[in-house]
Amino acid sequence: MIRLAGIERIFRVGDEAVHALRGVSLDIAQGEYLSIMGPSGSGKSTLLNILGLLDRPNAGRYELNGRDVTGLTDDELARVRRETIGFVFQFFHLVPRLTAEQNIELPMVLAGIDPAERRRRLDKLLADYGLEDRAGHRPDQLSGGQCQRVAIARAMSMGPTLILADEPTGNLDRHTGQDVMAVLERVHHEGGTVAVVTHDPEIGARAHRRIRLVDGAIAEDFREKE
Amino acid sequence: MRFGDLLRFAWQVLGGYRARTALILLAMGIGVAAVVAVSSIGEGARLYVVNQFGSLGTNLIIVLPGRSETAGAMPGVLIGKTPRDLSIDDALALKRSPAILRFAPLIVGAGDVNAGGRVRETPVLGTTAEFIQVRQMDMGQGVFLPPGDPRHSQPVCVIGSKVARELFGTRPALGEWLRIGDRRFRIVGVLARQGQSLGFNTDEIVVVPLAAAQALFNTEALFRILVEAKSREQIPHAKADIEEILRLRHEGERDITAITQDAVLATFDRILRALTLAVGGIAAISLAVAGILIMNVMLIAVTQRRREIGLLKALGATGAQIRAAFFTEAVMLALGGAACGLAVGKLGQLAIGQFFPDIPFTAPWWAVLAAPLTAIVTSVLFTVAPARRAAMLDPVMALSKR
Ligand SMILES: Nc1ncnc2c1ncn2[C@@H]1O[C@H](COP(=O)(O)OP(=O)(O)OP(=O)(O)O)[C@@H](O)[C@H]1O
Ligand SMILES: [Mg+2]
Repeated sequence: MIRLAGIERIFRVGDEAVHALRGVSLDIAQGEYLSIMGPSGSGKSTLLNILGLLDRPNAGRYELNGRDVTGLTDDELARVRRETIGFVFQFFHLVPRLTAEQNIELPMVLAGIDPAERRRRLDKLLADYGLEDRAGHRPDQLSGGQCQRVAIARAMSMGPTLILADEPTGNLDRHTGQDVMAVLERVHHEGGTVAVVTHDPEIGARAHRRIRLVDGAIAEDFREKE
Repeated sequence: MRFGDLLRFAWQVLGGYRARTALILLAMGIGVAAVVAVSSIGEGARLYVVNQFGSLGTNLIIVLPGRSETAGAMPGVLIGKTPRDLSIDDALALKRSPAILRFAPLIVGAGDVNAGGRVRETPVLGTTAEFIQVRQMDMGQGVFLPPGDPRHSQPVCVIGSKVARELFGTRPALGEWLRIGDRRFRIVGVLARQGQSLGFNTDEIVVVPLAAAQALFNTEALFRILVEAKSREQIPHAKADIEEILRLRHEGERDITAITQDAVLATFDRILRALTLAVGGIAAISLAVAGILIMNVMLIAVTQRRREIGLLKALGATGAQIRAAFFTEAVMLALGGAACGLAVGKLGQLAIGQFFPDIPFTAPWWAVLAAPLTAIVTSVLFTVAPARRAAMLDPVMALSKR
């Protein structure tokens, strides 16, 4: 489903060039559960942002579901993102003035889905992620774990085939973190592709495929036998 | 994104930043209220003048001695030497014009009016029976001056309602005698109350026959001739006839001025309209200031809401959607401000109306339309730059913890 070939990402800071990704090539099949680990500054977030079409590589080829997406315009990328990709962030990134329900609804609102259909999906998502009794709460009235569940429900609202999570447990205690991972893994069990960036070896080890980045290049690509 | 959702989203933003929203509404509201209030004062003044002129009579032409270069402008702005007087014969000659329905020669002076031991100084008007029809006044009691040859007069007079009250109190004035100078007049009528009309209060006058006034003030010269044309269409013909008849009578000299009511009205109308527009325009500057305030606030919002904008983009919002969100917010602010402003402007207008009940303060339609429109246009214009900036925000940068 995903094919990266020779991806380069260079950031220019003044005169200096920071080589964040150096020739990354990676194939990810539909339904894979993947963790990306590596030292700080090794390019994990950069890789995830490129996978999620939030960032563009300076060189290389990116095929998503058989379609070359490197040449698409910003708005086309936004549409692909909306239809096929769900993001989960370390800092949740919920809109503080909106309720849990309204936050979950955002991608559907942006996609222009009609209110009745939205309501139907919303009820299912709230039930799926155990948020029924928190639907009307604002983020500041929710615990960290609940916030992250709201964020995951939001990522899932458009029925994406690819879920990208950048240190989703980074701001949670161990127990809550494992809870959140269990929720993410449900997506995987339902057939979705999940990629998780993490610093926690215990979290990383839960994935069936573990990639290790060092200095912007893939140093290790481990696949568990079935 | 659906339109309803766009509105709801903007509504939530406005509700989320109450102080900011209130501030912009205030600025917009003040601007719109200022435009409405100021222009309704100007419009009120215009309508007041128009009504005052209208109350003089219809299809009216005023003939005065002397040549005024800009016919139709303010009367009395005369140039050249002392003009030839207008005489009763001049007035009577106007009968020849088929476009003229009736006319009333006029002499104006002031006299001490005595009755029953009380004395009062009032304006005294000398004229003929036609005057009441030309000026479209009503009688309160009795009759107006009797018709007849203006060169001969009967010793009768008509008095204003205030004069009647002051000289006779509650006693009936009809049939009583009063004395002006050394002449005695029997009161045959009392004018209906009419009040102020172009600085001339008809409640405070005494009307005597033309010949009597000539004797009283020892003059042959007429102050004015009021002419009523047969119809609105006949006014230009009547005016031309008057000028021609009097030119022939004055040995070919054009030494009179005929002012049509319409011309005077049109001049006042133009001046006051322009004035209203000008002050309305000045008030509209405050709207531009409100627009700049909106831009400032929106630019701050882009910085403040970086994360949110980045998030929306990560969730699949296109640049157009981000821009639409900002513009919706701006238009809602403008509409809200305009609504507040119109309401406050209306209240202000009612309040001023309490102090000047004679003046019909009404906001002209163009101000009621232009003020909110200007509010919307300025706020949309001043949102272009912030919205662009928001739409171009890099989501990765916006979402990063730094
Ligand atoms: N916008 C940017 N401008 C300049 N340099 C950047 C930018 N984003 C990332 N980098 C650099 O690229 C390299 C990779 O960054 P990245 O954020 O991908 O690392 P990471 O593996 O996610 O690190 P961490 O574990 O600390 O999150 C780093 O050296 C970083 O300083
Ligand atoms: Mg990172």
